[in-house]
Amino acid sequence: MDGEADETVAVGDDCVPGRRRRVHGMLKLYYGLNEEGKAAEESESLDPCDINGPHFDPELYLNKLRRECSLAELMDQETCMVKQIRSLDSDMQTLVYENYNKFISATDTIRKMKNDFKKMEDEMDCLSANMAAITEFSASISGTLQDQHTQITKLSGVHTLLRKLQFLFELPARLNKCLELQAYAQAVSSHRRARCVLQQYSHLPSFKGIQDDCHAIMDKLAQELRQKFRDGGSSAKDLSECVELLLQLDEPAEELCDKFLSHARSRLESDLQGLEAEIRPYPSAAKDASARRSPSLADNSPKFNTLPSPTSNTDILEFIDRGCNEFVSSLCLVITSYQELFINHAQTGELVSKNIPQMANCKLHAFVDNLAARYFSLVERRIQEEKSVGDNSLLVRALDRFHRRLQAVAKLLPGSAVPNKGTEIVIRAATERVKQYLSALQSFYMDSLTDVRQALATPRLSVAGASVAGGGAHLGGPGPGRDAPNSLPELLSSLSASILNQIKSVLASVHLFTAKDITFSNKPYFKGEFCSQGVRESLVVSFIKFVCQSSRHFCESAGDKGGSTPPALLLLLSRLCLDYETSTISYILTLTDEQFLDQHHSPVTPVTTLCAEAKEAAQKLLNHYVKVQGLIISQMLRKSVETRDWVNTIEPRNVRAVMKRVVEDTTSIDVQVGLLYEEGVRKAHSSDSSKRTFSVYSSSRQQARYAASYTPSAPMDTNLLSNIHKLFSERIDIFSSVEFNKVSVMTGIIKISLKTFLECVRLRTFGRYGLQQIQVDCHYLQMYLWRFVSDENLVHFLLDEIVGSSAHRCLDPAPMEQSVIEVICERG
Amino acid sequence: MEDDAPVIYGLEFQARALSAQTAETDAIRFLVGTQSLKFDNQIHIIDFDDENNIINKNVLLHQAGEIWHIGASPADKAVLTTCYNKTCDSRVVSCAAVWRMPSDWETGSHESPDDTAHNPQTLELLCHLNDSAHGNAACVLWEPMGDGKRVISLADNHALLWDLQESSTQAVVSNTATLEGKGQLKFTSGKWSPHHNCSQLATANDTAIRGWDLRTMSQIYCIENAHGQLVRDLDFNPNRQYYLASCGDDCKVKFWDVRNIQEPVKSLEEHSHWVWSVRYNHSHDQLVLTASSDSRLILSNMVSISSEPFGHLVDDEELSEGEDNHQDDKGKEPLKDSVVSTYEEHEDSVYAAEWSSADPWLFASLSYDGRLVINRVPRALKYRILL
Repeated sequence: MDGEADETVAVGDDCVPGRRRRVHGMLKLYYGLNEEGKAAEESESLDPCDINGPHFDPELYLNKLRRECSLAELMDQETCMVKQIRSLDSDMQTLVYENYNKFISATDTIRKMKNDFKKMEDEMDCLSANMAAITEFSASISGTLQDQHTQITKLSGVHTLLRKLQFLFELPARLNKCLELQAYAQAVSSHRRARCVLQQYSHLPSFKGIQDDCHAIMDKLAQELRQKFRDGGSSAKDLSECVELLLQLDEPAEELCDKFLSHARSRLESDLQGLEAEIRPYPSAAKDASARRSPSLADNSPKFNTLPSPTSNTDILEFIDRGCNEFVSSLCLVITSYQELFINHAQTGELVSKNIPQMANCKLHAFVDNLAARYFSLVERRIQEEKSVGDNSLLVRALDRFHRRLQAVAKLLPGSAVPNKGTEIVIRAATERVKQYLSALQSFYMDSLTDVRQALATPRLSVAGASVAGGGAHLGGPGPGRDAPNSLPELLSSLSASILNQIKSVLASVHLFTAKDITFSNKPYFKGEFCSQGVRESLVVSFIKFVCQSSRHFCESAGDKGGSTPPALLLLLSRLCLDYETSTISYILTLTDEQFLDQHHSPVTPVTTLCAEAKEAAQKLLNHYVKVQGLIISQMLRKSVETRDWVNTIEPRNVRAVMKRVVEDTTSIDVQVGLLYEEGVRKAHSSDSSKRTFSVYSSSRQQARYAASYTPSAPMDTNLLSNIHKLFSERIDIFSSVEFNKVSVMTGIIKISLKTFLECVRLRTFGRYGLQQIQVDCHYLQMYLWRFVSDENLVHFLLDEIVGSSAHRCLDPAPMEQSVIEVICERG
Repeated sequence: MEDDAPVIYGLEFQARALSAQTAETDAIRFLVGTQSLKFDNQIHIIDFDDENNIINKNVLLHQAGEIWHIGASPADKAVLTTCYNKTCDSRVVSCAAVWRMPSDWETGSHESPDDTAHNPQTLELLCHLNDSAHGNAACVLWEPMGDGKRVISLADNHALLWDLQESSTQAVVSNTATLEGKGQLKFTSGKWSPHHNCSQLATANDTAIRGWDLRTMSQIYCIENAHGQLVRDLDFNPNRQYYLASCGDDCKVKFWDVRNIQEPVKSLEEHSHWVWSVRYNHSHDQLVLTASSDSRLILSNMVSISSEPFGHLVDDEELSEGEDNHQDDKGKEPLKDSVVSTYEEHEDSVYAAEWSSADPWLFASLSYDGRLVINRVPRALKYRILL
C-alpha cells in the first residue's frame, strides 16, 4: 500500500515538471529549436492529428473530430480547447513580460561596461609602459653579470677536477695506508677506480709517476696477497678473498687455479702421507702377525673368525675413517671452494668470456683424479693387507664408509670418474675377500683333515668299541680336534658339521657385502655378478670342487707310495663325498641361493654337475680304499707264499698265522666299513653254510678235479674242466669299481687278496705238504671270508683256483683228507 | 672292412714262455714253452699261415724241466735259450741253457704230423748258462740285432754277460754286474737296449728299474718306486733311444724317459689286474701291447710319445704336394693316445704277449691255461698308420 502510495506520489511529482517541460517544448518548437534526445516524444508527434505535433493539420484534425466524436464530446473538446488556448495566451504574455525586463537590465549593464572599459584602457597603457621599462632594466643587468657567471662555472669545473686529481695524488699514500692496515679490498677497489684514468693519462709524466707508484704498490699488494695465498695458513675464507682480489687485479686465472690447486695439493698430500705412514710400518708387523697367526691356524681351532684381527697400527675401519675425515673431506672442501672461486663466481663476472670456467673445470678434474688415484692406491694397498679373514663386518663397514664418502665427491663433481673407481675398488676388495674366504675354507678343510688324521693315528679304540671317550680325552692334548671322539662316524659327522658351519659362517660374513644398509650393495655388480659369480661360483662351488679335487688327489698321490694316506681317512672321505653328493651340496647351494638371490640368473654350475663330481670323487676314494686295503692283505699273502720253501715243508698241523691275520684284518676292515656304509645286498645264499658249501666244493668238485688232472691218460681234461667252469662263470675284474656299500667293498678287498694269492701260488712249486698246507689255508679262508662278500661263489671260485693251481704246481699231489682239513681248521 | 677273427691254438700244458722267432723274417713263427711238473715239457713251434689263417705246429721236447722263459737267437733261427726249473733232491733249481733245434724238425712235421705228436724230437743242448756261484736264472736276453754271440742272463741279483763260443757250444762269463743292497734282491726281468750300440741294459727288481752300462757293468740310472708294486716287465722303444715302457702289479703301464726319471712320461691304467708283459711294436712304436692277469690283452696306440707323433710326416707332405687336400687334413688330425682294442679271448691270466718278427701287424699272446691267440692290428688303424 505504501509502495503504491509512493508511486502515485512519484507520478504526481513527475507530472508537474513534465508539464512544464512540455510548455517549454512547445515554445521551443515554436522558435524552431530542435531538441535532440526527445525521440520518444518526437515519434508521437509525427501524427498529423497530434495537436502538439509539428505536423499538425488542423483540417485533418477537425475532420477527424467531426467524424469520430459525438456532439457532446465535440462540445467538451471545444471548451477544453478554448481553455487551453486561454492558458497558452496568458503564458505567452508572462513570457514576453519577463523577456522585456531582462532586456532592459541588459541594456543597463552594457552601458555600465562601456564606462568601465574606458578606464581600464588607460591603466593598460600605463602597465605596458612600465613593462617596457622593466625589460630594459633586466637586459642591462644581465649584460653586466655575464662575465662573472662564466667565470664561476669554470671555477666549479676546476674544483671537481682538482678533487679528482687530489684523489689520484693521494692514491699511492692511501694504498700504502691500506696495505699497512691490510685493507686489501679497499685498496683494490680504489685502485680499480683510478686505473682507467691513470692508464689514459699515462703519457703525462706526473700521471705516469703516479701510475708507476700505484703499480708498484699494487704489485706489492699482489705480492703480499700471493704470499698470503701461498702461506696457506689462512682460512678458506681468507683464501677465497685473496683469490677474488687477485682475480680483480687481473692475475691470470689459470695461474691462480694452478696455485690454488697446488696449494691444496700440498695439504692433501700431507693427508695422504699420513695415511701412507699408517700403512708403511705394516708389512713388518704383518710378518709378525702372520707368523703369529699361522700356528694359531694350525691350532685346530674350528672357527677362524675367532682369531685376533691383524696387528696393524690401526684397523682398516680406523684407516678408512681417517682417510675419509682427512683426505676426502678436505678434498670436498677444496672442490667446493674452488668451484665457488673459479667456476660459479667466474660465471657471473666478466671472466666467463675467457672460457675460464671450462679451463678451471678441466684443471679441477685432473687434480681430483690425480689425487684420488693416489688415495685409491693407498686404500687398495691397505685393503690388500687385510688378509685375515676375521671380522668381515669391519672391512665391509670400512668399504661402505669409503664408498659413501665418495658419493659426496660425486655430487660435487658430477662428471668425475672418482666414484666409479671407488666402486671398482670396492668390487675388487669384495672379490679379493671372496678369494681369501675360499682359501681360508680350503686351509680349514685341510686342517680338519689333518685333525682327522691325527685322531685316526691315535690308538684306534673305536674298532674295539670300548673306552673311546676316556682314552681320547686322556690322550688328546689341548685343542678341539683331540677332544673329538675317535670313532669314524663321529669323526665324519664332526668333520662335516664343522665344514658346514664354516661355510655358513663364511656365507654370513660375505653376506654383509649385500646388506641393505650398505651403500654399494645396490650396485648392479653386488646384486648380480657378485652373488652368482663371486659367491656362488668362486666361493661355494669352488670349495666343493676343491673338496672333490683334494679327495682325488689323495688317491693319486698315495697311489704309488702305497698308503701314505691312512685307509680309514680314505673311507671317511669317500663317505663325506657321498654325503655331499646325496644331500650336502644341494643344501649348501640352496642356502647360498637363498641368501644371495641373483636377479639376473647368469649361468651357474648346476647342482647335478657338482653332485656328479662328488660322486666321482667318492667312487674314486672308495675304489682306492679297496685297493689299499686289498694291497695290504695281498702283501701279507704274497710274502707268506714267496718266502716259504713249499717243496720241503712239513705236514700241516695248523692254519698258518698269516691266514689268521688275514681274517682278523678283514674282520676289522669289515667293522670299519660297516661304521660308515650300509650293509648292501648279497646274493641269496645259504646262511651259516660255510662248511657245507666248502665240503661240497672240496669233496666233490675238487676231488674230481684232482682225479682228472693226475690221471696220466687224460692231461687235457684239466683244461677242459676249468675252461668249462670259466665258460659259465663271469669274468672277474679284480681292481674294479665297487658300489657304495659294505658288501661290495669287502668283496673288492677279498677279490684282490685272493687273486694275489693265486698268482703267487702259480709262481711257486709245491711239495705234497705244501699243497696240503694250501688246502688247509684255503679252507680256513673259506670258513671266514664267505660272509663278507656279496657272492660267496666268488670266494669259492678263487679259492678253488688257488688250490687247483697249487695242485698243478705240486710235484707230488696228494691232497689231504677233507675231514682232516676241517679238524685242523676248527682247532684254529 | 672287417678284421680277421683271432686264431686260437691250445696247448696241452700250462704255459708262460712265449717268444717270436727273432731271426725268422719271412714266416710268422712263435715259440712257446710249456710248464709241467709231471710230464716232459715241450717247445711248440707255431707257424702261422697268414693267407689261409691256419696254424701249423711242431713240438720239440725240452726234457730239462718246465720252461719259465724262452728267448730266440737274433742271428740263428735254430738257436734259442730257455730258463727252466728242474727238481733235484727235492729242491727246485732254476737253470738257463742254449739249445739248438734239430735241423729236420720242419720236414718231419710236414711229412707226418701225427708222427711228431707221438714221437717228438728233442732239442739239442748247446751249452748251459749256469755258474754255480750265481743263483737262479730268471731270464736270458740275447743281444738285440747281434750276431748271436752274446747273451745276458739275470740270476738272482746278478747280471751275467756271456760270450758264446765255438758255435754256441761254449759259454764264458765275460762280465758280471751285481745288485747290492739290503735284503734279498732279485732281478725279476730285464731288457737289453737295442740303442747305444747295445751297450745298455735295463733291469727290474721289486719296484725299481735300473739301467746298466754293459761296458763298465755299472749302474747308470735307477728309477726307485717306478711302480707301486712289483715291476713285471720292461721294453725299450725301438725307435726312441731314451724311452722305456714298464708294467707291474699296480695294474699300470708306465712310459719313461730315462733322462728324466722323476716322473713317468705317461701312465696307463687300463688293466684291472697285474700287467705281466709290455711290448712295443718293432716298427711302429706307437703300438704297445700289454698282457695282464685280468685275462686281457690290450693294444694301445700311444701316439703322443711315439717316434712319429704326427703320423708319417713325409707322407703328409707328399700328399699335400699332390692333389688331395682332404687326405691332408685327415692326416693332420691330431691322433690321441687311446686303447685300440681289448682282446678277451683268454680265460686265464695272460703272462706273455709278443709281436711277430715277420709281420709287424701281427701278435701272439699266451695265457696260463695254454691258450695261444694270434691277433692282428685292426685294419683301420693299420691303414691310418701306413697312409
